[in-house]
Amino acid sequence: MTPVNSKKTPFTFESVEPESGLRAALGMSRADIIGEVSACNLRGRGGAGFPTGTKWNLAAAAKVKAGGTKYVVCNADEGEPGTFKDRVILSDHADMVFEGMTIGARAIGAAVGILYLRSEYVYLRPHLEQVLERRRANNLLGQDIGGLAGFSFDIHLHMGAGAYVCGEETALIESLEGHRGEPRNRPPFPVDTGFEGQPTVVNNVETFAWVVCVLSRGAHWFKSIGTAKSTGYKLFSVSGDCREPGVYEFPLGITVGEFLEKVGGQGAKAVQIGGASGHCVPASEFGRRIAFEDLSTGGSIIVLGPGRDMLAVARNFMEFFVEESCGQCTPCRVGNAKLLEGVEMLQRGECSMKYLQELLGLCETMQLASKCGLGQSSPNAFVSIVKHFKDEIMGRTLVH
Amino acid sequence: MSADTRQDLNSSRAPASQKGQQVTPSGSDAAGYIGGLVSVNIDGKDHKVPLGTTILEAARQVGIKIPTLCHHPDLCVAGVCRVCVVEVENQRALQAACAYPVTAPLKVKTHTAKVRQARRHVIDLLLSTHYGECYSCKRNNNCELQTLANEHGVDFYRFGHVTESQYPIDRSSYSVIRDPDKCVLCRRCVRTCIDVQEVGVLEAVGRSDKTRIGTYLDKPLGDVVCINCGQCINRCPTGALHANDASDEVWRAIDDPKKHVVIQTAPSPRAGIGECFGLEPGTPMTYQMNTALKLCGFDKVFDTNFSADLTIIEEGTELLMRLHKALVKKEPVALPQFTSCSPGWVKYLEHFYPEYIPNLSSAKSPQQMFGAVIKTYYAKLNNIDPKDIVTVALMPCSAKKFECNRPEMDSSGFKDVDYGLTTRELAQMIKEAGINLPDMPKGEFDDPFGTATGSGVIFGATGGVMEAALRTVIELVTGAKVESLFENANITPVRGFDGVRYVELPLPEVAPDVIPLLAHLIPSWDFLKGATLKVAVAHGTANAKKVMENIKAGGQFSQCHFIEFMGCPGGCIGGGGQPIPTSPEIRKARARAIYEEDAACEVRKSHENPAVLKLYHEFFTEGPCGHLSHKLLHTHYTARGKFIG
Repeated sequence: MTPVNSKKTPFTFESVEPESGLRAALGMSRADIIGEVSACNLRGRGGAGFPTGTKWNLAAAAKVKAGGTKYVVCNADEGEPGTFKDRVILSDHADMVFEGMTIGARAIGAAVGILYLRSEYVYLRPHLEQVLERRRANNLLGQDIGGLAGFSFDIHLHMGAGAYVCGEETALIESLEGHRGEPRNRPPFPVDTGFEGQPTVVNNVETFAWVVCVLSRGAHWFKSIGTAKSTGYKLFSVSGDCREPGVYEFPLGITVGEFLEKVGGQGAKAVQIGGASGHCVPASEFGRRIAFEDLSTGGSIIVLGPGRDMLAVARNFMEFFVEESCGQCTPCRVGNAKLLEGVEMLQRGECSMKYLQELLGLCETMQLASKCGLGQSSPNAFVSIVKHFKDEIMGRTLVH
Repeated sequence: MSADTRQDLNSSRAPASQKGQQVTPSGSDAAGYIGGLVSVNIDGKDHKVPLGTTILEAARQVGIKIPTLCHHPDLCVAGVCRVCVVEVENQRALQAACAYPVTAPLKVKTHTAKVRQARRHVIDLLLSTHYGECYSCKRNNNCELQTLANEHGVDFYRFGHVTESQYPIDRSSYSVIRDPDKCVLCRRCVRTCIDVQEVGVLEAVGRSDKTRIGTYLDKPLGDVVCINCGQCINRCPTGALHANDASDEVWRAIDDPKKHVVIQTAPSPRAGIGECFGLEPGTPMTYQMNTALKLCGFDKVFDTNFSADLTIIEEGTELLMRLHKALVKKEPVALPQFTSCSPGWVKYLEHFYPEYIPNLSSAKSPQQMFGAVIKTYYAKLNNIDPKDIVTVALMPCSAKKFECNRPEMDSSGFKDVDYGLTTRELAQMIKEAGINLPDMPKGEFDDPFGTATGSGVIFGATGGVMEAALRTVIELVTGAKVESLFENANITPVRGFDGVRYVELPLPEVAPDVIPLLAHLIPSWDFLKGATLKVAVAHGTANAKKVMENIKAGGQFSQCHFIEFMGCPGGCIGGGGQPIPTSPEIRKARARAIYEEDAACEVRKSHENPAVLKLYHEFFTEGPCGHLSHKLLHTHYTARGKFIG
């Protein structure tokens, strides 16, 4: 099955010479590789935006427990509603992702790489296996990679089983180990105690690809793009009420308004930035920037046109979280169900202002007290919709 | 995790999200450590704690109480309920104090507005899905959720409250009843079953608000590999798990004038029942309980210690005969011999190591032996028709309820034991009768089984059966007094709370004669001269598993002669029928009470119990392991396996 090619802009990845990043890395010391990744200020493209250089540095410094190895894990569990850019990267630039993982392995001293592939992307598996096989044949994986004596690293695929929460890195590791996909307590963090208890770096598909570009073109090039706190380009998955949905590459720091113009989403009522766990931005705030310091996203941009019913939007997201909470911690397990109930009450015109305030307080608790990022971010959409569209949602009268 | 339940983290089957993780300091933050100590500021005060101490432990050490629900001193960290959240400086989100190790200097605030709101919300959310009313719950007044709600001022259901039952109650087990409507998904039962007991019957099933604790393929608890130990009950914070209460049936028997209702009381309940009446753990209530039981209406009150002594004679004889067979007759014999008095352990072996059933002593447990003796010897002696006798057993155990219902436990033609009561159930009956146990005058046990020895008492603690057996075996075989080898006959090497203990006892000399009771079975002790008796003790089935795996691999324990296995951590004093809560400290206190009662006994060795000797003289005239004893005092087992149909 060949998916529709949804690329809407050229990707930098197309113009970077294959294996140029790895070649550069093999000529550098480990510290220098990490130094370059740190200097470019690349932040995780999965959405959380943790500085990649810092993560790698911690993993490089961590000690391997007896008889094991460090791991490099590529998080290809792309599950955030409205994001599909990793699918495109894996389809068209799989080599680059594996190249980035290999650079990561060299940097932290890992011998094993795992690509955790979203179960719905199983159709990509033969393609990815083929790419891996070719890389092995070309000495880009295996023993003494690229002629560098002693540098051994190989990558295998691991299929997910359909749980959104397994995109959370510790839940992903639990799943890799064959357990229920449930987030762990942090600390300890995966860079210290990850897969099989060993230091593990988990990065997003896109992050690994950018690492290759950074090593190939230099940190200064990457830093020259974007804003001071959000350097470089970012891929965006655009869907919803716009003329040209698809995958776009833009520099970080682009305003929502500029973005809408490029994708044919002018006149939108609101934009959901960051998927179900992101924020709903109303038209009055379209001057805000898409960047880690303002509106952070793993790439999901959902355009909500003028005809959209915002309660229906909120309900859709809450139904998603009620389906996908792992059920481990109380705030997320019960809280999301209560928020969904609240949205349904609002839809029926039966939610008092007082109860709505209680629910907003609950949202705060969920954001503060949930065990992992899922529960901590699941109320975001609800909170921002209530904040920006209060008149619309409280204006319901009972429909008889 | 406590010493007696701590598992090797690498061998634990619990997922990492549900178990404690080793903590190593991250290199760059070394400034805050002084000699392995790290400074933590809690609510404005500085303290030094050992590196890796959780915020919860650190706070407790300085007297600051942080509420908890999913945390338990016997279990690995879960961090799932989120009641214990605190504010940590420079962290956006609140952190679970139970799961957050201090590895670098920290500033913590334990009761800010954010924290109080979050805790209150967590409790409100738990209550919103917690079906049932407190006054119709077994755990009324001893419920951690109820206490939390009370301490946090819950006076209305902020997020509503379920008004209809969501799940049926599972009453399929003789021992453990599950009421999932009351479950708060703290997963203590899951961690207990998988980590402390390595049984793994319970696991979280489903996701999100559909999450529940389930069994394999949702089979009823009575049909899965549950060993009935009830450790999950002891650690459940609410009424979602409780024992199968027999008190109504027992009252009915008491109220029936035609029935002669006798109760035997095991050693551990007397060390624990005081806790149900507000006394400190480890306050013995042995003799007050005798009076209370009579007031409740029991016709006779007997001491299970009597049949514990009987067990030692039967089981010890069986061991000596196995050794004789192996060493003298050179016949194939299953060794080491395993104890069989813990029904949780017995069922564990039947499920997980059925190929080792021949190693289990065929001797019934003291509970069952007593029942059989009462319905035969005692009935005859007192001219009572056994069908009119109701035997009740007060046990610290939920698995005893299953044991007394085993179909093979009726070789006299009557059910050996009709009802098993837990310590908790008896405490409730005593309260129902309007009795405040600690106020009772002391009363004696009834004859003809009134004499018991210290050996019987210590059955309640891990290592106790072994110590009792050794006291008798050493004296019979060597002819020397135990006191000449161990001060005050306290065989301390087998005592304690280490999960597995191994002891060697050289037998340099043997007695010239075999005592008359055994002379027809074993002509001489010469075959044991110069031998070294190797014994071991394990408690909690996770520890039992370690020993069994070692035996399977032909390791050190396969060379043992005799191994005591107890299903529960700490032995019977930590049994699944004991008062709630449990903790390492509580179990230690109960064990202390047991050993004190032993030390105070006039007779401390089973083979010196005059009532036992009289029983052999008058009833089991063929002696231990004779024909009648085999019929009434011994049993057989069922290879169950792990596979569920």
